[in-house]
Amino acid sequence: MILSKIFKNTLLLLTACLVLSACATKKEIATDIEGSMQGDVYTGTDTVKYLAEGVPDRVFFATNESILTTASRETLRAQAAWLRKNSGINVVLEGHADERGTREYNLALGERRANAAKDYLMTYGISSDRITVLSYGKERPVDSGSNPLSWSKNRRSVTVKAN
Amino acid sequence: MIKKIITLFLILIPINSYALIEVDITRGNLDPLPVAVSPLSIDEKSRKGFEKALKKNNIGEEISRIVENNLRTSGLFNPLSKEAFLQAPDIANLKPRFEDWNLIKAQALITGKVNYVDDKLRVEFRLWDVLAAKEMMALAFTTVPTNWRRVGHIISDKVYERLTGEKGYFDTRIIYVAEEGPKTQRIKKLSIMDQDGYNNKFLTLGNELVLTPRFNPTSQMVTYLSYFKNLPRVYLLDIETGTQEVVGDFPGMTFAPRFSPDGKKIIMSFAKDGKSDIYTMDLENRIVERITNHPSIDTSPSYSPDGNYITFNSDRSGYQQIYIMKSDGSDVKRISFGNGLYGTPVWSPRGDLIAFTKLHKGKFYIGVMRTDGKGERLLTENYYQEAPSWSPNGRVLIFYRETKTNDKGEGFTAKLWSIDLTGYNERQIKTPTDASDPSWSSLLSN
Repeated sequence: MILSKIFKNTLLLLTACLVLSACATKKEIATDIEGSMQGDVYTGTDTVKYLAEGVPDRVFFATNESILTTASRETLRAQAAWLRKNSGINVVLEGHADERGTREYNLALGERRANAAKDYLMTYGISSDRITVLSYGKERPVDSGSNPLSWSKNRRSVTVKAN
Repeated sequence: MIKKIITLFLILIPINSYALIEVDITRGNLDPLPVAVSPLSIDEKSRKGFEKALKKNNIGEEISRIVENNLRTSGLFNPLSKEAFLQAPDIANLKPRFEDWNLIKAQALITGKVNYVDDKLRVEFRLWDVLAAKEMMALAFTTVPTNWRRVGHIISDKVYERLTGEKGYFDTRIIYVAEEGPKTQRIKKLSIMDQDGYNNKFLTLGNELVLTPRFNPTSQMVTYLSYFKNLPRVYLLDIETGTQEVVGDFPGMTFAPRFSPDGKKIIMSFAKDGKSDIYTMDLENRIVERITNHPSIDTSPSYSPDGNYITFNSDRSGYQQIYIMKSDGSDVKRISFGNGLYGTPVWSPRGDLIAFTKLHKGKFYIGVMRTDGKGERLLTENYYQEAPSWSPNGRVLIFYRETKTNDKGEGFTAKLWSIDLTGYNERQIKTPTDASDPSWSSLLSN
């Protein structure tokens, strides 16, 4: 069981790496806006809150994607470590999309993003009983701007303490 | 309930059925038909009766204004200014002097009379062909006085039907989501109004997020998504009684609901473990059926009017595209192959077209295609617009549009718009607050 999970995870990581490296060449042309986007994934810290010292509460996604970036996986590993230490805490993973999609598809996309984060936390030993997934689609942006940087901040999965 | 209040009967059936004036609605009408809407005449006794019952000084004039407004917004008719009318309303209704109406270039004339009888509103009206000097239609009906706006809509529907050969869409309502507050924390309420924006009523208080309301075929029930207790689930609301219930017992988010054409089922998406599939629930026996089973996102399902097919939106090809399948989930076929992403497919009530939202090169389009995916036509382009809903006669689409914000993130609005299937006659529908997710009812009377 655990073995198969680890195997699945490695596979997931591998495919993620492959996809990312494939995308990198394509998206390098897209200029980084004020150094806070890579491709079109937000890399800044503007909107980020912290569950604890060194434990960011959110990860960001590329347009229409739910693949975790290297930075996202690092964030989620920190969250998993923190959750292991605080075994009494449960979390809600709130998945969001930017405003450049249809409402219903975005609800599904938000759910898919939050689940990508959930799967990763689970492979680092966090029980699914402690995690609830909640999609908001495009309904709750953090940034009300209509530009690529604002949209990148809104494509996110946020880990929120449930108790 | 509403239907029972209105009794409708023909006074006269014109026997001469050879072609009189006709309006072609299949092409963009750049030359709307000039029509004179004479105020409904009213005698002093009736005027006083309505004044007491409705606090309206001249109900005949008000009803004729509803008719004028409906005909004008259809884009097919050009109601002429009343100032040029030579004949008094009561005389015109008895026997129009066609030369007078011809003089002001009216091709059709609507006359009528409204009476206050036994606490009821009785209306009769006639449609005349001015050039042929003939009566085309005469109708009378009785209803409760508070239905006076609906009287105007029913007259409009009858005139539209007589002149275009197709059912009208004026005696209808729109259910939508009323929006207020900052973009990052919108407050949303279910709201209902007449098709022309009057009689707006909020159905929820705004305590929880609500989305995507849709009418059942009789327009008395609504299915929608509510975040009640932070659990996004599909709900069912009875408009008359206000009763609400959650649809099905799913261990996760259900969304994108719609009724089947017979009103017996709700079709929707259920999201679990990062995949969304399409399910139906029978409202009588509560049996849940899974329709799609794919690791992709399958959503925005909509039945064909005969109930035999379902169109939906899936990213199984890698990107959002439109598919159709048999209603049991078999024979899945992709039908959208143009450039860009396609979403929110909705089957036309006439069965021949599917309306959709398309995203291409940073622009959003509302368009239509045939059910085999051929003949794609984009009707309107904008920064953001989506979620078309058909008028019951399949001639007009209503949708919502959001504006781009400025550098400071200010200036966000969401409004309802409509456009003819021809791509002409695009107009904003006024709402008391910002608005989104409109759904058009069926004709309330027939």
